[in-house]
Amino acid sequence: MSVNAAPPPFRRVLPIIEIALLVFALPLPWVLDDFWVLFATKICILALLALSFDLVWGYAGIMSFGQALFFGVAGYVTALLATKSGVTSIFALMPVAAFVGLVLAFVVAVIVIFGKRIPSVIFVALGTLTGSYAVERLARGWSWVGGQNGISSLPRLTAGSFEIEEGIVFFYIALGILVATYVLMRLLVRSQFGLVLTGIRQQEARIAFFGYQVQSYKGVVFTLSGLIAGVSGGLFAFHEGFIGPGQLGPVLSTQAVLYVLFGGAGTLIGAVLGVAIIELISYVLPQFTWLGETVTAFLETGWPVVLGLLLLGTVMFRPTGLIGLLVSDRERVGSFGKAARAAPPQKSQASHEPA
Amino acid sequence: MSLLEVRGLTKIYGSLTALKDARMTVTGNEFHGLIGPNGSGKSTLLKCIAGAELPSGGTVHLSGRDITRATPPERSRAGMSLKFQITAILPQLSVYDNLLLALQAHDPMLALIASRTRGRLHDEVMELLTRFGLADRRDQLAGFLSHGQQQWLEIAMALSRKPKLLLLDEPTAGMSPQERRATGDLLGPIKARCSLLIVEHDLDFIKDICDSLTVLDQGEVVASGRTDDVQNDPRVKEAYLAHG
Repeated sequence: MSVNAAPPPFRRVLPIIEIALLVFALPLPWVLDDFWVLFATKICILALLALSFDLVWGYAGIMSFGQALFFGVAGYVTALLATKSGVTSIFALMPVAAFVGLVLAFVVAVIVIFGKRIPSVIFVALGTLTGSYAVERLARGWSWVGGQNGISSLPRLTAGSFEIEEGIVFFYIALGILVATYVLMRLLVRSQFGLVLTGIRQQEARIAFFGYQVQSYKGVVFTLSGLIAGVSGGLFAFHEGFIGPGQLGPVLSTQAVLYVLFGGAGTLIGAVLGVAIIELISYVLPQFTWLGETVTAFLETGWPVVLGLLLLGTVMFRPTGLIGLLVSDRERVGSFGKAARAAPPQKSQASHEPA
Repeated sequence: MSLLEVRGLTKIYGSLTALKDARMTVTGNEFHGLIGPNGSGKSTLLKCIAGAELPSGGTVHLSGRDITRATPPERSRAGMSLKFQITAILPQLSVYDNLLLALQAHDPMLALIASRTRGRLHDEVMELLTRFGLADRRDQLAGFLSHGQQQWLEIAMALSRKPKLLLLDEPTAGMSPQERRATGDLLGPIKARCSLLIVEHDLDFIKDICDSLTVLDQGEVVASGRTDDVQNDPRVKEAYLAHG
């Protein structure tokens, strides 16, 4: 009976999607015009922000409304270094962005996550939201960092004597950082550490009785997510040539949440897809002219309503996001042991491996 | 020397005194049963020992160390393990991964990030799976196991870190007679390695496997000692008869 009830061994779809997307992205600058290359670069950069939220929510069950805080502050710090101190080297600024995000996330984690008892989801959500909100207000009122206007006309990033222009080179840098981050994150979430995160997501209280310091795991994940969001913010500032209070606050934080919920939390590729699709829809909807004048006129200003309904529908009817249409639950959760890696006929081979 | 020492444990919920001055001792390599009528406070006592509830008064010592207010991970590291009544397996993970998760619990985080203990723990996982008759189901999702098999998986998980004391809350609840017998057979051999504190409704099961018993009634310890002595204690008979 129970053998029949068991699900069939799952088909691996995720690697196919991942490789297909990479193959799709690699030649983009050679087929797209300048505007779309900038657009694709922005998607790569925002995908990093979405990945940072996916790591905390999709893998560790931490609802953070503060990802823009790490993104924006890293953007501001690197922008200030460039405009006030003349530092433009990518090799200096990107590590700084990562470090700023990491430190800031650690500080927030100390306040809302670390502690003797496990904090509730809503406490962490409100704590991070408050942080994001407060820092946005601070930036708006602080003239040294540009106040309402933020910091604009940033110089270009440099690598040695080479100036990194927005366009093909910047696209490949952003894509390269995205792919590298993605691969490292994938290793992390499929490691034994990732197994603990799965446990925390499913049975947080019980995992503590095994001997796991749940808060330490959550704190580490949260801090790492700050690092990723920081890199994203640094790249964003120099790609747009601008950073402002809007990139610090709850609006962008919420956008990160929506990217991931729409694409599919708990799969890394879902976060990337979420960004690409939402950004494309946001661009295409206002200029949609196929359905007659009335619709066009409505969409010109009313497009966010359509987008909102689309997101709401997805979250309601597809809690696993768009990726849930393609990927089984079993594959999404994955397997972590050595046994799962060896194919069944090779059982004897497994036993020969050193203990 | 006593392994677990409970002294003067009291638990008050609002106006209800669930436990009053409870005291008991579990020695090394002993199977100790905790029995009593419904509402007698045995689950509360077990939860206070496990750290799922904090007592209002009294102390709990494990191997001479005061763990009354220790967090669950601290208790686990001190050698305590538990299996509660509510299922604690992770239904969306394979049987194998459930055990791996329990086994690697005390490994340093960096080792887990690098997956450095995966190879070493493989043999231990397979040995436990074989011992608990789950080896051929290792790649199955734990949520698809039968009720009895889920209970065994949980016991295997609770034993994986080689605890000194294992707390079991009604391990045979909802099991068929065959599964009960099999559970008794599975528990027997662990006496060489660890002590057991077990809450159970099935008195026959308890009498078969326990060396000593503690009987609770209305939040108080009525009797505690060798199984044979306690069974013949007139106060115990009265407590059980009075409540039907």
